[in-house]
Amino acid sequence: MSTDLEQFYEIFFEESSELLADMETCLLRLDVNSPDLEDLNAIFRAAHSIKGGAGTFGFTDMTEMTHMLESLLDKLRKGELEVRSEMIDAFLKAGDVIKAQLAGHRGEGQADPIVAAAVCEELKRLSDETQAPTKELTNPATNTEIVQVEAKVAEVEVSTIDDSSRLTYRIEFSGSGMSDATLENLFANLKQLGNLESLTPANVIDLCKLKLTTDKSEEDIWETLAFVVDPATLIIVVDSLNKNEATAIEPDKTNSVSIDAKSIVDEDEFSMTDMPPAPGYGFFPGAPAAPKDIDDAESSLNSPQQLSANNSKNEANATLNKSSSKANTGAAAPVSETSSIRVSIEKVDQMINLVGELVITQAMLAQTASQFDPVVFEKLHSGMNQLERNTRDLQESVMSIRMMPISFVFSRYPRVVRDLASKLNKRVELKTVGENTELDKGLIEKIADPLTHLVRNSLDHGIEVPEKRTAAGKPAQGTITLRAFHQGGSIVIEVSDDGAGLNRGKILSKARERGLPVHDGMTDQEVWLLIFEAGFSTADTVTDVSGRGVGMDVVKRNIQGMGGRIDIESAFGVGTRISIRLPLTLAILDGLSVAVGGQMFIVPLNYIIESLQPTAADIKTVSGHGRVVQVRGEYLPVIALHEIFNLRPNVTEVHEGILVILEAEGHKAALFVDDLVGQHQVVIKSLESNYRRVQGVSGATIMGDGKVALILDTAALIMTSQQEAV
Amino acid sequence: MSQEQAIAATTKLSGRATSLMANEFLTFRLSGEEYGIEILKVQEIRGYDSVTQIANAPEFIKGVVNLRGIIVPIIDMRIKFRLGNADYDQFTVVIILNVAGRIMGIVVDGVSDVLTLEAEQMRPTPGFGSVIDTEYIMGLGTVDERMLILIDIEKLMGSSDMGLIEQSIN
Repeated sequence: MSTDLEQFYEIFFEESSELLADMETCLLRLDVNSPDLEDLNAIFRAAHSIKGGAGTFGFTDMTEMTHMLESLLDKLRKGELEVRSEMIDAFLKAGDVIKAQLAGHRGEGQADPIVAAAVCEELKRLSDETQAPTKELTNPATNTEIVQVEAKVAEVEVSTIDDSSRLTYRIEFSGSGMSDATLENLFANLKQLGNLESLTPANVIDLCKLKLTTDKSEEDIWETLAFVVDPATLIIVVDSLNKNEATAIEPDKTNSVSIDAKSIVDEDEFSMTDMPPAPGYGFFPGAPAAPKDIDDAESSLNSPQQLSANNSKNEANATLNKSSSKANTGAAAPVSETSSIRVSIEKVDQMINLVGELVITQAMLAQTASQFDPVVFEKLHSGMNQLERNTRDLQESVMSIRMMPISFVFSRYPRVVRDLASKLNKRVELKTVGENTELDKGLIEKIADPLTHLVRNSLDHGIEVPEKRTAAGKPAQGTITLRAFHQGGSIVIEVSDDGAGLNRGKILSKARERGLPVHDGMTDQEVWLLIFEAGFSTADTVTDVSGRGVGMDVVKRNIQGMGGRIDIESAFGVGTRISIRLPLTLAILDGLSVAVGGQMFIVPLNYIIESLQPTAADIKTVSGHGRVVQVRGEYLPVIALHEIFNLRPNVTEVHEGILVILEAEGHKAALFVDDLVGQHQVVIKSLESNYRRVQGVSGATIMGDGKVALILDTAALIMTSQQEAV
Repeated sequence: MSQEQAIAATTKLSGRATSLMANEFLTFRLSGEEYGIEILKVQEIRGYDSVTQIANAPEFIKGVVNLRGIIVPIIDMRIKFRLGNADYDQFTVVIILNVAGRIMGIVVDGVSDVLTLEAEQMRPTPGFGSVIDTEYIMGLGTVDERMLILIDIEKLMGSSDMGLIEQSIN
């Protein structure tokens, strides 16, 4: 049994992480004054699911924490307590503790038990406080513990039960194989359902007889017990005052559980009609379809665990695999109704590589086919055109697999803003626009850190304290907006705030202090670029948030490492907007192929401004050896590619060759080559995986004729020319 | 000094000789000498064509080729160890190796065959200097009348003077 369980650890870890993230999003979204019932339910369900899974694997630290969370949440969603902001803080802290505990069970790091105990204490204190007038339920204790982990679909949403009848049940089960601790726990759980009396004859361990008086239904008791007790030996008989007949439940339960699981496995949709109607299960009023799917998914995740307790292990494994994928389906449901599959990243990368190869092969074929007479081989050419279209479509589809909505990145910022704003005593609201904009998964991970830095900067330097804001006539609460949209072949991400804006004077004076070449006639754009200098900061004091001056140049380097650009717009007193522009894909590059001495090189298209054939008069020499060319009134240094790569060029005089004007990081240069060959879309291949890093080369690609062409590292070339020139 | 003492003395010098186990070796020729490398390190054997030069690379690194979509560097062993003439024709052979997680190709005069050597056919290397530094030689193999110089190809390719792998600066 334990070896089977270990396979499911990974699934549990992944799903718990997702649930914790959902929980945090809902918590942050919760409006203290008018809490959305759906959000409260969603948070409750998340905690409940984590508790169920944690209980299966025996992670008692997590079950304790989630139990406390659940209790308080249950009170809140039933309206017995009012939501307060300190509760939300406590919930957030609890979420952090659970995250740490999860990491501890995964083998990464340890959760601090002192912090966990403190949070438990706080949750308990909050939940014990005076309650708002309750609507129903005689016994407050019964609210806190509804251990419903099992198969029935509707059971998670236990509403206020209309009938207030209390029934007495006689419960019998075999306690063999259960540890004392488990039994204790079980009795504690049962006690919370109602009055528990033990009828167990003394010294009998195997058979437990209990009498429980509660207003819970038989199904509730069944689920509480069935989780730990072998259902085959469990008998619950109603010995009630109100009901006239005693109902034996046990054998039916087993069958109905199997039916439930089977019906869940067989069909994609969870139809409520398949479930035998259960007394006392009201559906939560007004619940939309989506949350039901989540319940179905979550309960279907748990039901196979019960099945396996019934010794149908193989079936359980199959159903667990299927239902876990369905659980993923369900868990993804709240935002949109689309279904999804979990696929490992390696498979996706493999597919992207293969499609890249296909593109290369197709290019090779196209090149070969172009030599054939178009009239005679008309069918061949039309076929090749068709192939090119199909390949391009396939490439776009496959690239889009790795695309994920940017909400994955944006989702972590509400928390960052909230924590930081309270730390700095500022009131800030975070708005996100265009969360559905998609970008490549690799970029998502890389953009998170720079964006975090920019958001923290806006908070720290941009948004002023509320007093200053009201004095300036602005609303006391500042706004930081994260906006993402597609533009051309790029994705643009903007971080804007309505804060103080960049202080031009301060930046200029700081730059002068550091000896940077500045003058008053610089445009605003040029002044803003200064903040990207390493070590630059106009902050008067260094806090642990920022001010050290190490952030912006790292941000810029990271962005450029992704092939992107970063621009700043700012108006003093009004606000600042920082735009990051990133290419949509990393592996394919638009490039211009140039020939030097019989060798082909690729120049990335986004660095090229223009190309021209200079006249001899435009070329001037400086200090006898540096060459510059005059283009539109500017003098640009000439980089001779054959000198950089020690090749023998076909032409040595600049005016006999071609000049390609490049721009990177604000500097321009002219690249001297023999000839322009053509524009290609190339698949970037790594040179470093088998060889080593070559200066001036950022990668390689395979051309249509099967030969290797090197891709120039344009930025590096331009920078070296800057250092050599003059 | 008796034969046994001589062998014992040289065994101490080339400590790796004792770790040789029965193995299959691919044998190739370089300037009249026969070398052997573990067959498991060899990925394939192909001809030599359309090599793209890399700027500012050492002379023995001819450049890179496209091996079914992967960029693979090619080293000419004849130039590296200054052996004979480095001609390139349709008979030139390139052995593609897969060592230390990298794929690379070496140009040799010719490839012979794959031999299985038992432990007793392998002898420790005498300490005299040879073209390839004895540090990279695992031992000498004897098959019939042929003497094979068994090379630790992984160590050789990974060494700093090959310049294939960037040595980290400490």
